[in-house]
Amino acid sequence: MSKLDHGEYSEDRILLLKEKLICRDPQILTLQSILGEPHHYSYPSIFVYGHTATGKTYVTQMLLKTLKFPHVIVNCVECFSSRMLFEQILNELQGHSLSPKNEYSSYLQCNTLNEFVLLYKQVVHKQNLHNQTVYIVLDKAEHLREMDSNLLPGFLRFQELAEENATVIFLSEIVWEKFRPSTGCFEPLILHFPDYSKADLQKILSRDHPPGFSADFYATYINILLGVFYTVCRDLKELRHLAAINFPKFCEPVQKGDAKEEDTRRLWRNIEPHLKKTIETVYLREVSSSQWERLQQEGKEGGQLKGLSAHAHVELPFYSKFLLIAAYLSSYNPARTDKRFFSKHHGKIKKTSFLKKHEKTSNHLLGPKPFPLDRLLAIFYSIVDSRVTPTANIFSQIASLVALQLITHVGHDDQLDGPKYKCTTSLDFITAIARTVNFDIVRYLYDFL
Amino acid sequence: MSKRKCKSNSLSLGECIAKAHMILRARFCHHLPGKPFGLEAQYKNLMDLLKQTAVQGESNSVLIVGPRGVGKTMLLKSVLNELMEMKYVKENLLQVHLNGLLQTDDKVALKEITRQLQLENVVGDKVFGSFAENLAFLLEALKKGNRSNSRPVLFVLDEFDLFAHHKNQTLLYNLLDVAQSAQTPVAVVGLTCRLDVLELLEKRVKSRFSHRQIHLLNAFGFKQYVEMFQQQLILPKEFPDGRFAQEWNQNIQCLCKDKMVEDILQKHFNSSKDFRSLHMLLMLTLSHVTVSNPNIRPTDLLAASRQYMMDSKANVLHGLSVLELCLIIAMKHLNSIYEGEPFNFEMVYNEFQNFIQRTTHSMHNFKKPVVLKAFEHLQQLELIKPMDGASLRTHKEYQLVKLLLDSSQIMDALQKYPQCPTDVQLWAASSLD
Repeated sequence: MSKLDHGEYSEDRILLLKEKLICRDPQILTLQSILGEPHHYSYPSIFVYGHTATGKTYVTQMLLKTLKFPHVIVNCVECFSSRMLFEQILNELQGHSLSPKNEYSSYLQCNTLNEFVLLYKQVVHKQNLHNQTVYIVLDKAEHLREMDSNLLPGFLRFQELAEENATVIFLSEIVWEKFRPSTGCFEPLILHFPDYSKADLQKILSRDHPPGFSADFYATYINILLGVFYTVCRDLKELRHLAAINFPKFCEPVQKGDAKEEDTRRLWRNIEPHLKKTIETVYLREVSSSQWERLQQEGKEGGQLKGLSAHAHVELPFYSKFLLIAAYLSSYNPARTDKRFFSKHHGKIKKTSFLKKHEKTSNHLLGPKPFPLDRLLAIFYSIVDSRVTPTANIFSQIASLVALQLITHVGHDDQLDGPKYKCTTSLDFITAIARTVNFDIVRYLYDFL
Repeated sequence: MSKRKCKSNSLSLGECIAKAHMILRARFCHHLPGKPFGLEAQYKNLMDLLKQTAVQGESNSVLIVGPRGVGKTMLLKSVLNELMEMKYVKENLLQVHLNGLLQTDDKVALKEITRQLQLENVVGDKVFGSFAENLAFLLEALKKGNRSNSRPVLFVLDEFDLFAHHKNQTLLYNLLDVAQSAQTPVAVVGLTCRLDVLELLEKRVKSRFSHRQIHLLNAFGFKQYVEMFQQQLILPKEFPDGRFAQEWNQNIQCLCKDKMVEDILQKHFNSSKDFRSLHMLLMLTLSHVTVSNPNIRPTDLLAASRQYMMDSKANVLHGLSVLELCLIIAMKHLNSIYEGEPFNFEMVYNEFQNFIQRTTHSMHNFKKPVVLKAFEHLQQLELIKPMDGASLRTHKEYQLVKLLLDSSQIMDALQKYPQCPTDVQLWAASSLD
């Protein structure tokens, strides 16, 4: 029996909604009781937060739709300027859609919040909505923070500014504390959509089992899937996608007749290594889903395909390679060791003084250090065996390495006189490059001495 | 069976509850201009001042200063309501309401003033003319008048501190200048929550301001807070169903004497004294009132208070995956080793690897890109913050970040985490120093 109240008329609708949206009963109940009835006032602004794919948008949307409240749902990513945001809200309230007939122009032009409030009142009166609560839902509300500074506080107290019965619902992944402006604002009512537990996920994912297989069979599959992925990923969307693309592989033995549906252990042994490979390929988008499906159809071993990151090798000119190696060496080696590594007659060195001191962290942990151009060239000349003249070509190659984002310019103050650079390539990449020119780079790296 | 029976004889109950909801919701959400609580002196002060302008034709300027949710707008509204009951004032006084959030620059504000005063260059809701024309026109219109035969104008500037950020403070200067010289009688009322608002004004603007300030502070004790709580929940005498209202009010009175309710209210009183947080609490409580539960019980208030006091960061931490939690613990360790110095992904990964090598089973043995993805998710949730914005120019792995969580928060979250692996828990508890 539902505990719902004054909205007797809506009781069956809510029940229907609960069937559609499982594991969100308390949230639906709270939200519904706060929204109240159409002609009641609702709280001026409600802030809903929760992780990705916890049903924030879906629940709000379905609830407003089933209760037949007048509402507008706007995504703040789409509306990146305040003007677009205002115009879209007005358009949707008016029921105006952009089409070739009206040359994709909006119903009303609106530039500032001030105009928006005036026009909003007009539209609401025109549509005869002033005796019921109008809901404005702003999805991905964290983007409001980067827009005009008056927008977020303005929407928070929109009911007061417009003097209309309106409620603004903000949906976000980020907590409210990160939104609050420095001078304060009207505090919204904060609701939390908790994450789904493992049992919830199991229940939700088991619902879309394909026809032709028993529900239990699919539930076993989901159980195995969650066992592999649950520690890494709790995103329902991602899990659903992974479940969909790996299912053909799972039911393959059954279709071939090697195993029965009840043969759980065998099926598990078949699918588990496959799923583990998925973490490194499809989950990271190294291999696209369509490629993965094709691989499965052809019966090839997953992971044979080279991923996106395997194609990182770049063919460079000879001097560019050496320049890049020199840049890497000067980024990751401290300057005081240059003499030891690169000058031929470095005189007598006390062995003890050069022994690697116990440093807390190695350079490969701290990241690349900036170096001046002179040091790069000095190391370059010492590692290239032949004589190189410092022609314009060499310098333009440095500039083009910057353009390729293999090295970056640090500090934009000086372009010509003594610029500083940083090397941004990884160790794997640079060792591959060094191998092509027969240069043993590890011997010259301070960290690996 | 029982459900149907209950429904048939509670038809009027349902209506009563709907009605109660309507009245109370309007009170909590819409902030009707009620009688201000404990602000009699300020009320009288403002009333006298505005009456001087409306009746005698004196020009005045005043600032109402107080923290958010203290009742500045309510005070002004209730004064204006009383003032408007006088017939002479109602016919005579013109009102212009401006808000710093809406009128973000002087141009918009000027158009709004012209529109609200319905001057000659207004057609419908549109105002014509450039900024200079509008300003000249408005000033001329204001200057032409004099004390005896022109209607006084009341300017209400909500979020006054935002008007002080306009270029050259032209609007403020002109309004206060008119208020000082013998022209049309105007009253400028500013509402702000900043105590240092006068420091924002330019010297010439400041010298024209009368320096009259009305401070609203929440100067009441816990006893009055409970009284206020009671007052806010009580149904008015005009309620259609007398019996229901009586029962409801009796219940509210009982509620105020309850020990648990008192404890909850004390907790809220200690954290904040403003009306709005109380309203929010009441709104959450009210949403528990249904046909099957027609009265407010102390447990409803407790549930509402729990919902209100929820720690949002703990909620976010609760939803993380085990891998992300491990990274947070690694960052916590780095924080304690390097005393709050920023760190990068490589260092976190290194710390995480150390942990994995120590544990016997390879359950958490993930490849580096998978860990990086988890790290990026933490950044997306703003649990870690990059130190400098130059994200394009440095490698993702070497970007310096800072953890925005306290170690006690992390430990609390670990306690509540569902099915937290024991080795992770032990690792979190072990500090290296």
